[in-house]
Amino acid sequence: MSAPVRYSYAGTGYSPGDLSGYAPEFLLRLYREMLRIRRIEERIEARYHEDQMKSPIHLVIGQEAISVGACSALAREDAIYLSHRTHGNYLAKGGDLKAMMSELYCRKNGCAGSVGGSMHLFDVDAGVAGSSAIVAGSVPIAVGHALAAQQRGTGQVVGVFFGDAGVEEGVFWESLNFAVLHQLPVLFFCENNFYSVCSPLTVRQPEGVEIHRKATAFGANTMLVDGTNVLRVHGAVRSAVAAARAGRGPQFLELQAYRWRGHGGAGDDSKSGYRSTDEAAQWRQYCPVAGFGDLLRAQGLLDPDLHENMESGIAAEIDAAFEHAINSPDPDPEEITRFVYSP
Amino acid sequence: MPWSEAFLRSQAAPAAPTAAGERVISYTHALAEALALALEIDPRVFVLGQGVNDPVGMFGLTTGLAARFGARRVFDTPLSEDAMTGICTGAAMQGQRPVLLHNRPDFLLLTFSQLVNHAAKVHYMDRGRHRVPMVVWAAIGRGWGSGPQHSQAIHGLLLSVPGLKLVLPGTPHDAKGLMLAAIADNNPVVILEHRWLMKASAAVPEGIYRVPIGKGVYRRRGSDLSIVGTSHTLHLALRALDSAACAGISADVIDLRTVKPLDEDIILESVARTGRLLVVDPGWSLGGVCAEVGCLVAERGFDLLRAPIRRVGLPDAPAPAGFALEQAYYPNEVTLAAAIRGLCG
Repeated sequence: MSAPVRYSYAGTGYSPGDLSGYAPEFLLRLYREMLRIRRIEERIEARYHEDQMKSPIHLVIGQEAISVGACSALAREDAIYLSHRTHGNYLAKGGDLKAMMSELYCRKNGCAGSVGGSMHLFDVDAGVAGSSAIVAGSVPIAVGHALAAQQRGTGQVVGVFFGDAGVEEGVFWESLNFAVLHQLPVLFFCENNFYSVCSPLTVRQPEGVEIHRKATAFGANTMLVDGTNVLRVHGAVRSAVAAARAGRGPQFLELQAYRWRGHGGAGDDSKSGYRSTDEAAQWRQYCPVAGFGDLLRAQGLLDPDLHENMESGIAAEIDAAFEHAINSPDPDPEEITRFVYSP
Repeated sequence: MPWSEAFLRSQAAPAAPTAAGERVISYTHALAEALALALEIDPRVFVLGQGVNDPVGMFGLTTGLAARFGARRVFDTPLSEDAMTGICTGAAMQGQRPVLLHNRPDFLLLTFSQLVNHAAKVHYMDRGRHRVPMVVWAAIGRGWGSGPQHSQAIHGLLLSVPGLKLVLPGTPHDAKGLMLAAIADNNPVVILEHRWLMKASAAVPEGIYRVPIGKGVYRRRGSDLSIVGTSHTLHLALRALDSAACAGISADVIDLRTVKPLDEDIILESVARTGRLLVVDPGWSLGGVCAEVGCLVAERGFDLLRAPIRRVGLPDAPAPAGFALEQAYYPNEVTLAAAIRGLCG
């Protein structure tokens, strides 16, 4: 059994023109951050079968350009809220890798002390304010954060990530409506990867009604962005941040990319038949990380030594984070009843 | 006066005798005063809900507040109960203190995702990095045809949710003091008022005072049985106790005021003296406050009991709308008197 190719890549790939106006150091930083997320995800995937990370995982491989492009356009003081697919956005915003790995290994020193797991990563100091395993669950909370920012005049903008299925939840539209009504400084990042678990967009939303156009109808400023191109994402989010910070209200970005792996767990599950293996193969040709690396190489900005340097630095950091997590203690049972109520 | 209004007033609890110099105000006035005081002393407090700025002013709780404190601190909302709950949660996590008002608890059922999955758990899931100091208030709408979807007292459904506090005030004094305590609390607090109590008047101190959340209070001291409960149903039990049908029976009457956290000590202390327990509550008996209080005493006070525990809540059926059916559906002075007599017989 094989599904048809439903969703083809509609972008134009990386092109030299994308680089104009950016300093080489910045471009290399974006590349390194995407490569880092990719390698972290690959390592998690490679060791998942050991069954020591007793936490459901939702890998972001294929969607790294969204995380890095968006978070690089935000200030450290700006906040983001995440869905269940947390790793990439958490890391790109500056979330602590060791605390994340400890959380995946259910350790006492995990970012959520092992009560959250991989779907509840946060790092308040880095502006990763929260995440929710309920689809679109963190959307109103992000809007509330933006309301508080407006009430107090902090100048903060708040971003919230959710998938294409997020806009199938009533609470999403309720939240967008309120955000537009009050012109709140909030950025809606819709990561459209075309599938919710194994259900394609075609069985969930009417064809021909693009997600970003629905948001336009609610009065938000909207953009459709190639989510495999880190510079397109960065540029779009940068202008959206400027607009939101200037008081021009909520900005909605539909960012299209492909989830290379299954909804949850390790490995590509395309062979199970819910999506076409050809479709997945086609998207892999537009790898957000390798494509950007190729462009940087072609422009003479990335040489083999530099690349090797990045790889070894990233590998050492990942080794250290895994070792840290594996060697950390389990939480005490008393933790179960701590923090149920605040004093 | 429409018949419904006349009926409501006739059901209001009679004002308790007041000492000289005490100020007597209405229940809604007491609540309005609490909101105004909270807005006055704390710039982080804001009040919102469907219709808070309309001519009715949410039963009169919010009348004049927007004019006094501005539309940024007192504002009407879209009919988006779930999102508004999440928006309040997000604002509260940043240190604001939202007070979200609903006309009816029935609408809270639309908010369970944000209330139960998020507001109640944020502090726990992020190990105390954020607090959620928010108040969700709604008035149980029993009466004159409100029926299955406008009369519900749903606190029993929320009783088992860790992280929430549940408050059911019974007097103007407590309504004001518990509202001020809820606003000052660093957790999500759900307050369910009862509309039939809201026409009452009684002595209410001026200024700020807070009634502790989690503490019950004796409304009456006696020796034959303990009547433990909340809200309007407890008032009915007091009337039943005062009726001729209960002549000669003396009871401890405990107003729990808060059902989560539950004041277990006051319940067990009273049952230790009386040996008999009647639990009354405006919600369903099954799995709610009646069941929980009964279970508490069965578990920790079984040896104290001289008779089986009795509960008087609502039957396992939705509330009917029509007047005649309502009379049969809800406990009243007569059925409560029968329960009291039955327990002491």
